[in-house]
Amino acid sequence: MSSRYSKIGLKAGLEIHQQLDTKEKLFCSCEPNLFKEEPEFTFIRKLRPAQSELGQIDSAAIFEFQKETEILYEANNDTACLVEMDEEPPHDLNREAVEISLLSSLMMKMKPVDEVHVMRKTVIDGSNTTGFQRTCVLALNGEIDIKGKKVAISQVSLEEDAARKTGKNGKLMHYRIDRLGIALIEVTTAPVIYTPEEAQETAAAIGRILRSTRRVRRGLGTIRQDVNISIRDGALIEIKGVQELELVSQVIEKEVQRQLSLLQIREELKKRGVNETDITDNFVDVTHVFKNTKCKVIANALKQKNPVLAVKLKGFDGLLKKELSVGMRLGAELAGMARFWGRVGGIFHTDEMPAYEVTKEEITKLGSLLKKNPLDAIVFVADSPENASDALKAVVERAKFALKGVPEETRAANDDGTTKYLRPRPGAARMYPETDVPPIQLTKSYIEELNGRLPELPEQLMKRLIEKYKVNQKITKQILDSEYLELFEAVASETKISPTIIAVALTETMKSLKREGKHVGLLSDEQIRGMFRLIDLGKTAKESIPEILGWLADNEDSTAKDALESLGLSMMSRKDLEKLVDEVIEKNSEFIELRGTGAFGPLMGIVMKKTRGRVKAKLVNEILKGKLETG
Amino acid sequence: MSEDFPGYRGHALKLLKSAGAEIGDMIRIKKGEEVWDGILIPRSESGDEYHVVIKMKSGYNVGISIDSKATLVKIGEGVKPKFTPPPLPEQNNSLPRVAIVSTGGTIASRVDYRTGGVRAALSASELYSVVPELSKIAVVETEILFSIFSENITAKHWTATAKAVAKHIENGVDGVVVAHGTDTLGYTAAALSFALQDLPVPLVMVASQRSADRPSSDAATNLLGAVKAAVFAPFAEVVIAMHESVSDTSIVFHRGTKARKCHTSRRDTFKSINASPLARWEDEKFRVLTKGYKKRDDSRKLILQPNFEDRVALIKAYPDIKPELIDWYVEEGCRGIILEGTGLGHVGDYLFSAIRNAVEKDVIVSMTSQCLWGRLNMNVYDQGRDLLALGVISLDDMLPETAYVKLRWVLGQTSDLEEAKNLLQENMVNEYSSRTLYDANII
Repeated sequence: MSSRYSKIGLKAGLEIHQQLDTKEKLFCSCEPNLFKEEPEFTFIRKLRPAQSELGQIDSAAIFEFQKETEILYEANNDTACLVEMDEEPPHDLNREAVEISLLSSLMMKMKPVDEVHVMRKTVIDGSNTTGFQRTCVLALNGEIDIKGKKVAISQVSLEEDAARKTGKNGKLMHYRIDRLGIALIEVTTAPVIYTPEEAQETAAAIGRILRSTRRVRRGLGTIRQDVNISIRDGALIEIKGVQELELVSQVIEKEVQRQLSLLQIREELKKRGVNETDITDNFVDVTHVFKNTKCKVIANALKQKNPVLAVKLKGFDGLLKKELSVGMRLGAELAGMARFWGRVGGIFHTDEMPAYEVTKEEITKLGSLLKKNPLDAIVFVADSPENASDALKAVVERAKFALKGVPEETRAANDDGTTKYLRPRPGAARMYPETDVPPIQLTKSYIEELNGRLPELPEQLMKRLIEKYKVNQKITKQILDSEYLELFEAVASETKISPTIIAVALTETMKSLKREGKHVGLLSDEQIRGMFRLIDLGKTAKESIPEILGWLADNEDSTAKDALESLGLSMMSRKDLEKLVDEVIEKNSEFIELRGTGAFGPLMGIVMKKTRGRVKAKLVNEILKGKLETG
Repeated sequence: MSEDFPGYRGHALKLLKSAGAEIGDMIRIKKGEEVWDGILIPRSESGDEYHVVIKMKSGYNVGISIDSKATLVKIGEGVKPKFTPPPLPEQNNSLPRVAIVSTGGTIASRVDYRTGGVRAALSASELYSVVPELSKIAVVETEILFSIFSENITAKHWTATAKAVAKHIENGVDGVVVAHGTDTLGYTAAALSFALQDLPVPLVMVASQRSADRPSSDAATNLLGAVKAAVFAPFAEVVIAMHESVSDTSIVFHRGTKARKCHTSRRDTFKSINASPLARWEDEKFRVLTKGYKKRDDSRKLILQPNFEDRVALIKAYPDIKPELIDWYVEEGCRGIILEGTGLGHVGDYLFSAIRNAVEKDVIVSMTSQCLWGRLNMNVYDQGRDLLALGVISLDDMLPETAYVKLRWVLGQTSDLEEAKNLLQENMVNEYSSRTLYDANII
């Protein structure tokens, strides 16, 4: 497999972003938490591009500005102050965050810088109220060991997390600033990863090192992976936001496939004799073709007096519906560009026709109007003249690039490993000094002091855990890689439950519940601890763990006690158990007469089935034996 | 500190000079096995002499400590980066003419890598780079009068600004915009209100709280609002154009004599006090919010009276304030004192004899309130009546800062005591309002 990837010259690098578990945010004293309730207040802003210190306007910034979005920010008073609102200059850099980041860096053998300078990195999509993200580099040039191979870690930086999108209302984007300003550590590898598996292992290893500081936030959305990937003759693509570790290798595989397919399309277009000059901005107004159309989208547009514009893409027939990779087609790429640059809902193209109630006749008419040859494709869109024109302009630009190969861009990862166009790749012109925050010196003595108290490396931690808890290696590794390590140790020390049972519950049981579709990621530590406490107190048996966890996941804000009551899983009293055993003995009296002591086993099975998790097997054993002997 | 190596001195400066490296050049610093490559960047004035700042390929700046064992060499000639504003958009000469006079402040500043901080800018091309839409509204003539942070602005700057504005008005512009820092903007706005009376066109002062280099800056919307007012406003008064709230949705125009900076950092820091703002621009529409205002009239003759008396003091009263403070001012030849008293217009009675002394020496002593909101009434309590009897003049609902400026202006027009007192109490440019309306949200 690796030779396949080396043949195509796959090179990848990772950027891991992990939220830090600090008391306060990075540049102010607000709580670093998220809230789900209605916001206590909102405000509206418009962001404009500005020049970097190097005198150039960043192209990504212009791109966002041209989208002309207004942003509505949502906030509450616990998690946002005037700093998040860009109504007060930032406070000093959070030293706790610096310390956690440096400890992580030193564990990766990195060299801390002597003086930390906070920079402003232009981000104009609204996710930062200021229009930039504050970020600083803390350490450079280290390495980690992946199965004997050294992977170079080029940089560790500390930055503020961004606001999160909560919706869209026409042109008004909604962002919530609770997440804005939470401290994030960013670990960047050199582009020295050559297979998808390596990428996944590297991401896992980095995650493990960060978690071993015990000072990172856990839960959905607290760690995000970005992948930078290129293949020979392809382009450097930045893929942002791979939320689950398990998706990293898939994302890379699909991206490799997408780039290879785009290169194939380039060759095909060459074969078909298509030149750049063949693809033009010649938009034709084809409104009259659709004047009686049954297609809802087009009919609606026409009702609003909007036109249908069409453009011919010479030589593209069949290429728009070609799968670049599972779930990704060139037509969808064009649609993505059209949506962003033209603000339209989508586009139609001849490769997918007839569809959406567009008839063969309408397509034929369209074809003759645009003088379509069999090998040509037509893209058409129904929207305001400005939007439609901008949309088709973007489509034509992207189509032209298909002749060259793969365009450099920034893409977003989807939940299934596919990616979609996000924005043009930003240039280096985006960064300039954050002059409101003075530089911080990292003295030799400070670094020495940190070196003296580095957290255990994952390998050492693993050894210690196995020794202390006697859980087998496989399960220990799983616990180490999960977000439940601390919880595991806490429950193991607080209760008398066997560590293996705790560990299995937090790893295999959780995983299988997840596969069944239960949202166990939302369970709080307190809920899980509550369950173990009840088991410890003898209120329910360990066999009930999967059911309780599953019920808790389905019932937000519930407690383990609620689960017990609702599921009827409270421990049976001895009296009730004796009664039940008596009943079972009576019902099966003939069987007992027949088998004698041999009846014990099957009877145990019957009783255990009836009591499912509400009794301790040992007790059943004792009672049943007793009754059989006397009875 | 060397001009060519801003921020660098001592050991660092020596190393850079011997390497022949200049700001913008690629340099290589070696410390033992560590090698650092990057573009040499200026250092802030407060930095020490043991670090060199470079911009790495990633774009990040980093400070490298240079001890005696570190070596520094130049490895490449740098393209000296400079701020290149985009080319001027097409000018439509049939549009109204607006003069933009810049005195400085955040609104007129740009981040400049050379000085590691801000430098003043507000030429026409830089303006259009911040607000390209201007080219569709007006033909803009810019003048950079000074480039100072407004905490350094004094009356001589008020005078110069008034004269510059008058010249532009004489040239027949349709409106004037004056860019200024927020800190003392209230004072300057009051000063211009008195110095330039009978304006034929609007004089719109504008500022910003957030630096214009950042995408979220309030500079663009404020400037846009200011120029629109200069072109479209039906009034010909001195106003301050700033954000109405923390949202970017409306620009409000405060009368120059009734506004003050009320928050250290919020973009809606300016509030009209004891008055309503004169107008609002929202949703592409202009709306006047008061009943009376001076209408725009090209034929009106501007009255330029730009002189201000130096010897006036603004004294805030507080418990245990020393009466000697007032005595000192009087001895120094002070001609007027604005007291910022408490409540309805009171000060401690331990100041009475100093006040009596001042009044006897023909110093105009008048009263305002540090409450800021509300009007004085020195008839209600004994203390107030006693002060009136001493000859203290009540300034009704005028802001202390405006009163200070007005008294300086009045004494700059006349040396006659009675005439001065009358001018002080006459309502010239809406610095007094006769009705105090209820406003549920003071701030």
